[in-house]
Amino acid sequence: MAMHAETQNSPEQAATARRRAAMAVLAASETAAIGARLDTLAPPAFTLLREPEQGLVMLRGRIGGDGSAFNVGEATVSRAAVRLASGEVGFGYTLGRDRTKAKLIALCDALLQSADYSAAVETEVIAPLQTEVEAARAEKAARTAATKVDFYTLVRGEG
Amino acid sequence: MYVAVKGGERAIDNAHRLLADARRGNRDVPELTLDQISEQLALGVDRVMSEGSLYDRELAALAIKQARGDLIEAIFLVRAFRATLPRFGSSEPVDTGAMAVRRRISSTFKDIPGGQILGPTFDYTHRLLDPQLAESGDPAEPATAEASDAPTPRVTDILRQDGLIEESPVAEDDSAVGDLTREPLNFPAGRDLRLQNLARADEGFLLALGYSTQRGYGRNHPFAGEIRFGDVEVFFEAEDAGFAVPLGSVALTECQMVNQFKGSATEAPRFTRGYGLAFGQSERKAMSMALVDRALRAQELGEDVKAPAQDEEFVLSHSDNVQATGFVEHLKLPHYVDFQSELGLLRKLRAEFNQDQPELREAAE
Repeated sequence: MAMHAETQNSPEQAATARRRAAMAVLAASETAAIGARLDTLAPPAFTLLREPEQGLVMLRGRIGGDGSAFNVGEATVSRAAVRLASGEVGFGYTLGRDRTKAKLIALCDALLQSADYSAAVETEVIAPLQTEVEAARAEKAARTAATKVDFYTLVRGEG
Repeated sequence: MYVAVKGGERAIDNAHRLLADARRGNRDVPELTLDQISEQLALGVDRVMSEGSLYDRELAALAIKQARGDLIEAIFLVRAFRATLPRFGSSEPVDTGAMAVRRRISSTFKDIPGGQILGPTFDYTHRLLDPQLAESGDPAEPATAEASDAPTPRVTDILRQDGLIEESPVAEDDSAVGDLTREPLNFPAGRDLRLQNLARADEGFLLALGYSTQRGYGRNHPFAGEIRFGDVEVFFEAEDAGFAVPLGSVALTECQMVNQFKGSATEAPRFTRGYGLAFGQSERKAMSMALVDRALRAQELGEDVKAPAQDEEFVLSHSDNVQATGFVEHLKLPHYVDFQSELGLLRKLRAEFNQDQPELREAAE
């Protein structure tokens, strides 16, 4: 998320940052986990603005990691858009071919913009999923950290 | 001729039935699941994603199963699949500097900020077959240690601060990125197109070319400045949403080669660079790619172009294993008519030869 740090804090930008943070958590979560969390909310009816569909996004890198862009290869992506009866429109995008997941992300995005559901989605869906995602990342990071070479210890051992 | 075609159809159907049976193998042995392939043959899946040029673990696993483990056939299947889906657009360029690192080593600096992190690697294994793996049983849980929040800057960024290494080329506008899946490759190709070609190129081909540069065919004095593998967030500027949406993260391997320095009358000498980037944990591929990327910059850097790895047209035209296998394997297809005409010509030439030189014919007999 560092790539898109908001430089100003208008209410609109803050709302977008909040939606993007939620989308990142949802994209990193399992479909079944999102569905189970959403079910506890009893979400309202919605219509599909964009039927969930599969497609491709060309992934880009940078020459040398920091130079001009180049095309590395494509990735499968699913997307959907929904509208709540109250008018809020949500978008769902995720890597992979899971159209249900794209639809659930779109629904969460719409609910996050709704006065009635925003707080509940944040606390009942996004926050617990974020805890799970962070725990999984922390476990990976801890296992990785154990493979860090400690040259200092080596030198001390010889001295 | 019609008889042969009809007979062929039945034979083809039955050959495919036999193929399906051979793919399944002994039915007393449990069938492989895609999860098993994705989890336990993960590096094969990574290679199929890289060279199939499609990031989707499940599809790559399916392709490996369908191809009976023939990775080039699997890559072919994945390439064919991607033609069935519409393209939504291009991602924002990924920031490998912000990678959640799972492995990161440098052979140029011992003490790099963030440290040398070995991760899951074959390095330092003794390459002795492990008979225990022939039995089932789970390995020990991995060790853990307190993870540090210290950033892991790219080694090239550190060298750059002191002006010791050349800057990466920076285009004014990222919208004009070449795409060889949309336009045919022309020569000379820009570095963006060369890197796209190399990213999907056959690992074995790049490995051999990279090796050839080390053995003196276009030597460029490489150091593995840094190799890193880990997860990178992908963002996509979604027109409907009106902002860059996160799509999730992909695993990538990046290699920064630091190569022989170059200067001029007006510029102080600096190290030059070669770059490799591949899907998944594909270290050999990323390293080979970086060596070949650097070799292909020979002309730009004022070096003699005389080795195969420096020959852009040679490298880029023969790097794609789907194209290569298509052309090599098409030799299996019926060439009966072509061959009949060759045969007719040969018989005519031999008859003429024998008429002109009857004494040679007698000697030969």
